[in-house]
Amino acid sequence: MTMAARSDAPKRIVILGAGSAIAEEAARAWARRGPVRFALVGRQPDRLEAVAANLRVLGAEAASYAADLDTADAAALISRMAAEMGRLDIVLLAYGTLGDQQACERDPKAASQLLHTNFISAAAWCLAAASALEAQGHGSLVVIGSVAGDRGRASNFIYGAAKGGLGILLQGLAHRLTKAGARAVLIKPGFVDTPMTAHISGRGGPLWSTPARVAAVIVKVAEPASKGRAIVYAPRFWRWIMFVIRNIPERIFHKTRL
Amino acid sequence: MIFQRRADVVSWGRVVRVPQTVAMPRFRDEIADAMMSEMPGGLLAIGQRRSYGDSIFNTGGHLIDMRALDRFLAFDRDTGILRAEAGVTLGQIMRLAVPAGYFPAVTPGTRHVTLGGALANDVHGKNHHVAGTFGRHVTRIGLLRSDGYRELSPGDNLFAATIGGLGLTGVILWAEIQLQRIGSSDLDVEITPYDSLEAFWQLAEASTASHEHTVAWIDFAARGRKLGRGIFTRANWRATGSLQTHSEGFRRSVPFEVPFCLLSGPSMRAFNALYYRVQKGKRGPQVQPYADFFHPLDAVADWNRLYGRRGFYQYQCVVPAGSMRDAIAALVGAIVQAGQGSALAVLKTCGAIPSPGLLSFPMEGATLALDFPNRGAETLALMSRLDGIVREAGGRLYAAKDGRIPKETWAAGYPQTATFARFVDPRFASDFWRRVA
Repeated sequence: MTMAARSDAPKRIVILGAGSAIAEEAARAWARRGPVRFALVGRQPDRLEAVAANLRVLGAEAASYAADLDTADAAALISRMAAEMGRLDIVLLAYGTLGDQQACERDPKAASQLLHTNFISAAAWCLAAASALEAQGHGSLVVIGSVAGDRGRASNFIYGAAKGGLGILLQGLAHRLTKAGARAVLIKPGFVDTPMTAHISGRGGPLWSTPARVAAVIVKVAEPASKGRAIVYAPRFWRWIMFVIRNIPERIFHKTRL
Repeated sequence: MIFQRRADVVSWGRVVRVPQTVAMPRFRDEIADAMMSEMPGGLLAIGQRRSYGDSIFNTGGHLIDMRALDRFLAFDRDTGILRAEAGVTLGQIMRLAVPAGYFPAVTPGTRHVTLGGALANDVHGKNHHVAGTFGRHVTRIGLLRSDGYRELSPGDNLFAATIGGLGLTGVILWAEIQLQRIGSSDLDVEITPYDSLEAFWQLAEASTASHEHTVAWIDFAARGRKLGRGIFTRANWRATGSLQTHSEGFRRSVPFEVPFCLLSGPSMRAFNALYYRVQKGKRGPQVQPYADFFHPLDAVADWNRLYGRRGFYQYQCVVPAGSMRDAIAALVGAIVQAGQGSALAVLKTCGAIPSPGLLSFPMEGATLALDFPNRGAETLALMSRLDGIVREAGGRLYAAKDGRIPKETWAAGYPQTATFARFVDPRFASDFWRRVA
């Protein structure tokens, strides 16, 4: 694919987990910026259709692909979408589940399910998308990780392990894709006010962000011209918070209840 | 959908502060699930919380915050028919519709209201004398009741109950509205200072046929012979020109709640005097973008915080044409006599177009809206005196506003309440409804 083809409108964007609050905000932001053709993947057809209808009214084209991202054949669906759309400019992976740490500690099956959803299946989508981007010689893979992947904490280290693993995977993919002219970026949001965190009390403090703010970071780093890092915190100040958290000596860290 | 107890749910007047149990769904199917289960204290859907009083509260029950259901479903650029989820704001609609040459047929004084809220309060605007209320431009409603989902059209009894029904007939999931064609996003505006209520009535009457939008602001710093003086504004959309949307941000904001009221007593009078002078300086014809004309207060985020910790009451009444001149003079006189005044006193004549809702507020006559800082018993006593004048004149009060309308005053203004009650969903409730029903 040549440079000229890259700027051809509309932009082709695949969203894995299009029903997520952050993904929908990113999709709206893309739709407002210019012509886009979306492929929306998610489990619930009605919800996908609601998201798609809105994007169409905002001027974009949108096709829904109902699939359970946890179990679907990633490679097959990525090739199908690439074929139907002509090319892939951006692939955003936005699905995941916070799970229940305590249930996972009691029941290894629940733990392995959580790891499967957040890491094994996500890795399959990332690898399939990376191959497609590598073959066409351009495009961005953007994956939503979490600051929970930066250091294991008693309160959510199984979710954290999956998101941490995704970080290593994305670093490797970014390294591999550079040669082909494509990119891979992991976004690490801090606390975001979404349905995923609706059960947490004390939301809304200075550390809490909104899906729209995280989406703005996603839109920015997904630009082909963006020269950013492979790991991006959203909002950016989380980079410094997590720097401190990663460097707290163990003997002190173990006394906390984080 | 997870319900959470929150202490930060306040209505625009900020008087009542009672913790509420709230959930914020993102998809319509989540609400259907919640309705299947028993919800102690009942349900009520709420939007942007721009109602001033207690009609958005359901203390001891459950609230469904609809703001995340903010998707467009369809927009026909040939006919101007728009269908959207209830949480879409009028501001969002304007951003979509204005470049296509359309505008909501009715807009209240703020664009930060949801479609569902505009419909549930059957809001009106400066063009009431030619367009009627918001509900007149609603062509279809998707309503989820505890006994099932249905689609309503004008003419249905449940449609009439839902328009202006304060969310009590079920959850408005989506609505379809007919937008108005515009040739420009600007209006030709004419600002005219007037020096007595008599002059206001003459201006209002002379402008109904020639102008689509009319409104007046009363200067409560004026006394004696100048009592009732103010600024009369009238406008028409320009026929042609650019179609530019408003900017999303706020020009100014009130970043925190001031500990005391900045808009009472001498400061309020100073504000009135200054505002009068500034507006008088702007007299004459001019061109204004729609946001400046319709939503001047939207330029200041959270302006309601200026009223301080105790908040403020907004009091809005409408009195019928036959008695409006005497009644408005009596109301203005009573306010001045009480030494209270109001920073934002808005006076407007309403036209004869019937409102489609059973509990719609507007009627042919004149409506007066006032802001009173909450000074406790003193303020309540004043409003009670005003209630007497309104009842005597055969008028009524706006449910979205003061949050304390006594049951008898409500019943006198809305004799249809008993009919309306038959359409209230048995699983729905609000603090307002418990007070007046």
